[in-house]
Amino acid sequence: MKRYLGYIGPMTTEAPSAPLVSVQGVNKHYGQLHVLKDINLDVRKGEVVVVIGPSGSGKSTLCRAINRLETIESGAIYIDGKKLPEEGKELARLRADVGMVFQSFNLFAHKTILENVTLGPIKVKGVNKATAEKEAMSLLQRVGVEHQAPKLPAQLSGGQQQRVAIARALAMKPKVMLFDEPTSALDPEMINEVLDVMVELAREGMTMIVVTHEMGFARKAADRVVFMADGQIVEQAAPEEFFTNPQSSRAKDFLSKLLTH
Amino acid sequence: MSTLLNNLDVFTTGFRTTIILFLVSGFFALLIGTVVGAMRVSPIPALRAFGTLYVNIVRNTPLTLVLFFFAFGYPKLGLPEIDFTVSAIVGLSLYTASYVAEVLRSGVNTVPVGQAEAARAIGLPFSQTLTLVVLPQAFRSVLPPLFSVLIALLKNTTVAAGFSVYEAGAIRAYLAERGEPALVVLLWVAFFFVVLVLILAQLQRYFEKKWKVAR
Repeated sequence: MKRYLGYIGPMTTEAPSAPLVSVQGVNKHYGQLHVLKDINLDVRKGEVVVVIGPSGSGKSTLCRAINRLETIESGAIYIDGKKLPEEGKELARLRADVGMVFQSFNLFAHKTILENVTLGPIKVKGVNKATAEKEAMSLLQRVGVEHQAPKLPAQLSGGQQQRVAIARALAMKPKVMLFDEPTSALDPEMINEVLDVMVELAREGMTMIVVTHEMGFARKAADRVVFMADGQIVEQAAPEEFFTNPQSSRAKDFLSKLLTH
Repeated sequence: MSTLLNNLDVFTTGFRTTIILFLVSGFFALLIGTVVGAMRVSPIPALRAFGTLYVNIVRNTPLTLVLFFFAFGYPKLGLPEIDFTVSAIVGLSLYTASYVAEVLRSGVNTVPVGQAEAARAIGLPFSQTLTLVVLPQAFRSVLPPLFSVLIALLKNTTVAAGFSVYEAGAIRAYLAERGEPALVVLLWVAFFFVVLVLILAQLQRYFEKKWKVAR
């Protein structure tokens, strides 16, 4: 059995290409709290990485740092070989390549579902309106909410809103998708409709970094599970490995608490 | 009634000027106020400082003094001459803009931070995050206080009468020359102001209904 502890690259025979996302020696504090401690993480193209861990472990902060919604104090983050720049035009351009799905959906409340999806392509990429709408409709169809296109976000259920949020992110044709606890704000019966879309996306080869508490999703779709606790990456392994044979005591403790219910 | 009907010309001219003052100043106040309000929430410290300075100076100056400056101070600066109506518009616009900016800033604070984050996440720069996502929602949430500011502007236009602008506030003076009873004239002026404000209130209701943002 091959462990990923101290992960160095893909397990293929080809020469490892540069990672699509590379987090190198990243540190961040919230006041006294050291929320990210010297984080190193490489994600290959097409890889699905699921980040799990107890609340307050820094996993959401890490996810948000990757498109600089959170600033970092030291270290560096690279997207497709390019270092995340400071705030400004260049950062906006790089962000367009990184799709983000939030826990609270954050659909633009004053715009229709269709406008939510077309806003980025039209304003950021300069796609003409007709083309953007055509592409948006096919994305909405893909996530199963095409009939809601003329409605406002508040008229949709949470599960529908989150699927629209995924379509909105996909409309920018991102290189990588970040999911920050995408199902945590959903009623239980709506979780699966969102996870199904994500599993489908993973199968199609999208590079994904997913912060979640859904262990079923991790088992089904992840190439690698990253376990964080107290601002550190404690352990990483293939999902089957991690769930059946965790190495660290923190991970064993965490999993035992999950699985007893 | 005869006071009104015999002097319809004065009433019409007066209120026409009032409405022009209101519409033009209102337009520029909204425009300048939006820009200043945006400065006050900008991440750039220099812009924030300018916005704060503007609001603190202009909002803390009595309107009469602002108009005094444009009517009597400005001509001494040796700049191109402007007539009293234009200077009243400039003064009213700049003065009201400071209130619009503050109302709008409080509206920006009601828009959940996730809206701006989502806008940035799809690659919108700060300016478009503000103009396409945050400000449209901010406007909707501050419609009632914003209309209060506009109603105040409508009534503030009467101050311009003191600076040789022939608007509704000047009607009494004109009709005093024709020997009309001042009290009756003033009651008519007040009546028409009430009508104008009711129209504005109706407009406010229309926009509130149209722009209702459910969350």
